[in-house]
Amino acid sequence: MVNDATPSMITLEHVWLTLGDRLILKDVSLDVQPGETLVILGGSGSGKTTILRLILGLYRADRGSIRIEGQEISRLAERELFQIRQEMAMVFQNAALFDSLTVRENVGYRLWEHGRLLSDEQIEQTVEESLNFVGLEDTLEKMPAELSGGMRKRVGIARALASGAKVLLYDEPTAGLDPINTCMVSRLIRKLKTKGVTQVVVTHDLETAYHVADHIVMIIKGRVLFDGTPDEIKNSSDPAIREFLDPGSMPSEWRPQPKADEGVVRQQADLL
Amino acid sequence: MAFASFNIKARLIGYVLVVQEFTYLCAQTVAGLVRPPWYIRETVLQLDRIGVGSLFIVVLTGLFTGMVLALQGAVQLEPYGATIYVSSLISTSVVRELGPVLAALMIAGRVGTGIASEIASMQVTEQIDALRAEGTDPIQKLAATRLAACLLMIPILTIITNTIAILGGWLVARLYLAIDSYFYWTWAFEALHGHDLVLGLVKPVVFAFIIAMVGCYAGFYTSGGTVGVGLSTTRSMVSSSILILMSDFFITKLFMAYSW
Repeated sequence: MVNDATPSMITLEHVWLTLGDRLILKDVSLDVQPGETLVILGGSGSGKTTILRLILGLYRADRGSIRIEGQEISRLAERELFQIRQEMAMVFQNAALFDSLTVRENVGYRLWEHGRLLSDEQIEQTVEESLNFVGLEDTLEKMPAELSGGMRKRVGIARALASGAKVLLYDEPTAGLDPINTCMVSRLIRKLKTKGVTQVVVTHDLETAYHVADHIVMIIKGRVLFDGTPDEIKNSSDPAIREFLDPGSMPSEWRPQPKADEGVVRQQADLL
Repeated sequence: MAFASFNIKARLIGYVLVVQEFTYLCAQTVAGLVRPPWYIRETVLQLDRIGVGSLFIVVLTGLFTGMVLALQGAVQLEPYGATIYVSSLISTSVVRELGPVLAALMIAGRVGTGIASEIASMQVTEQIDALRAEGTDPIQKLAATRLAACLLMIPILTIITNTIAILGGWLVARLYLAIDSYFYWTWAFEALHGHDLVLGLVKPVVFAFIIAMVGCYAGFYTSGGTVGVGLSTTRSMVSSSILILMSDFFITKLFMAYSW
């Protein structure tokens, strides 16, 4: 999968991670090519968000290799990681906007903080364009507390966009959003694909996954269970994958067997 | 028995870990004071919050401390006919001990808990991670700026507390004890020596370090959502108060060994 001529944008090889006394990731390997959109699917607590944090260097792997554009980052010091992070941006699950800053300051944060090459006017213009892209151009002077959940998430996306990062990481970008906002966020991710941005989307929303993915990785209990295209996962006959994709259609022998007491209660409930 | 010894061992390891984390944070923050980038705007904002914001409470603390010292001091000195020396008692006790300690305790309550709760809220809402993701060192941006502001403003606030306390004592001396202003101010200054002033300035610097770093530590090492924010705020107040009182004793002892 790794192309020698142009290095992969993100590569994880045999990564293991323990947090506290919990083994979170077990021998995880994945590869993201430049301009590709990878969706990481999996249930809650399966280790999806942890992978994003490892890519950003917010966590350190116990074992294995993590490379960004061919550069090994798992042994870098925090100050060296700041340079790597300049090329990446993350949309957090709850947006993680800075409470004390306005929407304008949040979106332009990285440019004002590190973008010494841009003038104030250029930064203002980038901020406005990014907010325009997510349809929130009229919220410039608002504080994060004045925004709804969906708006905060879109401002989070605008902040990632304004940074001009080559890699965008999304942690559950559609979680808790209404169908209209979900659709809007999915469209934004697809729009960014056309701009050649490499994207990693962590979600358990299948519709969003199929809509935006070039490539899907499925994680169950910290292990990679599937790595392939959206069509391949749809046609997979693996029981664990089928259970995740369509829990209602599971054959009865695959469903968890109820305990004796639960069976009685369920029968009574069925009668009612 | 085995369970009890395991529990004690686990606790001891926990304490060692806290000391290790705290020392690391202090070292990183102090390094952040001298190496770029310097967040001037954030530091000025903190100077205003910590300095101007705390002015009212330290003025009140100083005023009433000085007034009550004059009243109590006069009662103790009267049997010896030494009421006139009440200003010596006020100036030495305020400059050496009460001014720095009371101001620091009040500021720990207002500023230290503020630092802890603000950083803790940022921690539980992933804003600290967002800062790191944006390529900003949160220790440099949040801890170093607050430490710089505390180190600058708390000694100034302490000097203000001391001045107001001596003024408060003068008010009581004039209005209730009928002590002449000339004698009050003469004995107030006569009683103070160079080492008192040095002690009165060294203590607030140490206390400022404690308030800022304990607040930052409690904030950065918060977990457990909003409950965790509350716990961190409480921990910050309790720990900084205890550390202020303990360090006050040791600084005084150290100065006594070399100055008196």
